[in-house]
Amino acid sequence: MSRYDDLFARLDTAGEGAFVPFIMLSDPSPEEAFQIISTAIEAGADALELGVPFSDPVADGPTVAESHLRALDGGATVDSALEQIKRVRAAYPEVPIGMLIYGNVPFTRGLDRFYQEFAEAGADSILLPDVPVREGAPFSAAAAAAGIDPIYIAPANASEKTLEGVSAASKGYIYAISRDGVTGTERESSTDGLSAVVDNIKKFDGAPILLGFGISSPQHVADAIAAGASGAITGSAITKIIASHCEGEHPNPSTIRDMDGLKKDLTEFISAMKAATKKV
Amino acid sequence: MTEKENLGGSTLLPAYFGEFGGQFVAESLLPALDQLEKAFVDATNSPEFREELGGYLRDYLGRPTPLTECSNLPLAGEGKGFARIFLKREDLVHGGAHKTNQVIGQVLLAKRMGKTRIIAETGAGQHGTATALACALMGLECVVYMGAKDVARQQPNVYRMQLHGAKVIPVESGSGTLKDAVNEALRDWTATFHESHYLLGTAAGPHPFPTIVREFHKVISEEAKAQMLERTGKLPDVVVACVGGGSNAIGMFADFIDDEGVELVGAEPAGEGLDSGKHGATITNGQIGILHGTRSYLMRNSDGQVEESYSISAGLDYPGVGPQHAHLHATGRATYVGITDAEALQAFQYLARYEGIIPALESSHAFAYALKRAKTAEEEGQNLTILVSLSGRGDKDVDHVRRTLEENPELILKDNR
Repeated sequence: MSRYDDLFARLDTAGEGAFVPFIMLSDPSPEEAFQIISTAIEAGADALELGVPFSDPVADGPTVAESHLRALDGGATVDSALEQIKRVRAAYPEVPIGMLIYGNVPFTRGLDRFYQEFAEAGADSILLPDVPVREGAPFSAAAAAAGIDPIYIAPANASEKTLEGVSAASKGYIYAISRDGVTGTERESSTDGLSAVVDNIKKFDGAPILLGFGISSPQHVADAIAAGASGAITGSAITKIIASHCEGEHPNPSTIRDMDGLKKDLTEFISAMKAATKKV
Repeated sequence: MTEKENLGGSTLLPAYFGEFGGQFVAESLLPALDQLEKAFVDATNSPEFREELGGYLRDYLGRPTPLTECSNLPLAGEGKGFARIFLKREDLVHGGAHKTNQVIGQVLLAKRMGKTRIIAETGAGQHGTATALACALMGLECVVYMGAKDVARQQPNVYRMQLHGAKVIPVESGSGTLKDAVNEALRDWTATFHESHYLLGTAAGPHPFPTIVREFHKVISEEAKAQMLERTGKLPDVVVACVGGGSNAIGMFADFIDDEGVELVGAEPAGEGLDSGKHGATITNGQIGILHGTRSYLMRNSDGQVEESYSISAGLDYPGVGPQHAHLHATGRATYVGITDAEALQAFQYLARYEGIIPALESSHAFAYALKRAKTAEEEGQNLTILVSLSGRGDKDVDHVRRTLEENPELILKDNR
């Protein structure tokens, strides 16, 4: 049983969905990111989606794109990301850790070494937002060899053929999006036909579905669960809270002005989002 | 990959050139790429489309462009009597550069797909200008993303685009240059592909862009080949073109690739020198990576972060390169060489001073290589015909060249001092 299997089984029994925050490693520094991650888990996060920063994050809207740059301005490296994952894993042995990393990072490091290192650090799954199923075979093979679950994105209004491919290639969970476009709260998650999206994916009997992109309010979470998703992922809304506490201008490194204030804001937001995962 | 039924669907045409190319984009963008590929394949097989495109190339762009043999270059002692240099005059294409060839083609494809809005990226503004003029002609909405730094230093081109009715959006993120403009254009397209076509400006990006851009620029080499045969009775010994993303070069190479006896050379921007760290000679630099949808040579660090490129010529200032060039390099069919800012500036002045032609700084890189080869031909007592892609005119560069030469008087041509 993987950590995802355990989590979804436990939540199912409890009559809840999963709330999964996306948090960028090294944003704005490794130590501060660790405190942010700990706060999120203590506030009720069921699993984590952690980012490794990349210079050209084309699948991300302005909020998350800036967090990539903030982390890089602080001197973020892949080695440091691995150290942070190890630290989170040691502190929270049961929490599933998913990674979100652009394709050039694994390609540059060498696929086998990359997946092996992230598995050893304690990651459970890796999603590469710019590697579609069509290009995914070598990445999935290296992931399987290292014991990492490869995750693919099921787009909004995707064809049956695409959803079939995504379902077959994804292990652990399927990352479904309910609207076109990149990440961000600029466009809200679409609730129209949300259950149709979920039903279409479920036809192919794949892994549990987490809904993401534009999930920024408890109502979005509740809608996702009501539509039959196993949980929801929130990135930009959380990153916005972090950014609002950051001091420093690109290309200089940033710091958190008031960590206690940030922890309070994050706890409030994440508790409310988690509370909305209860099935009615 | 394209032959057998592939998980995640397959392409109609090969998506790879050897190990280079592919479709490294968000899953949600694949339907847009598949739709574009199908429209391209259908159009290629349609006599009406070919006739319509041919009409625009002839009556709007002014094709065929002339082939000009240099009258005074190379100078005596620098290759005169040994090397003949021919210029394929893409600087005379409407818009001032080769760019408009493929823009017209893609705009016609967009119309066939029923798209009403065109997105483009631009560095110096040449591709943006070509896109804006074509959209004005065809009645399409046009949005051009341009790095904030480029907007500041290329004001005349920004105004040209606005005159054609395009909306120019400055991109502040990242380094505020071409690479960031491409990122922003891709983000826009991901959200709007149902009504928008992304009119990528170079031979890079995800399949089918490298193939489409090559096929629409192939007219450069088809014309040049016929003109060389008519003028000299044989094929050229050397064909040279500048390479940033690689669009004019792939158009200039395309029809010569199967002519094994013709040497193909791409001139990359070596900036202040390959050892200086300030250059954009992506292939010469030798690292491979994934950026903007394609696997190709890429300037990056050991963590995979993309590095800033540099060139005196904004049109060559891109940290990636088209995947077919990567393949031509890997197989040895083409050679890629670095030309420094100083060499390009010298070639720029040579053409202005001795041939009465002001070339784009981009094209000056290709001409600088031709001058070097002419010298070598004389040293080796060899006869050589060299065909140069004069990809654009240099009006846009005149201010920049004047400032640079005022700051670096040692680079001024002796005859002009």
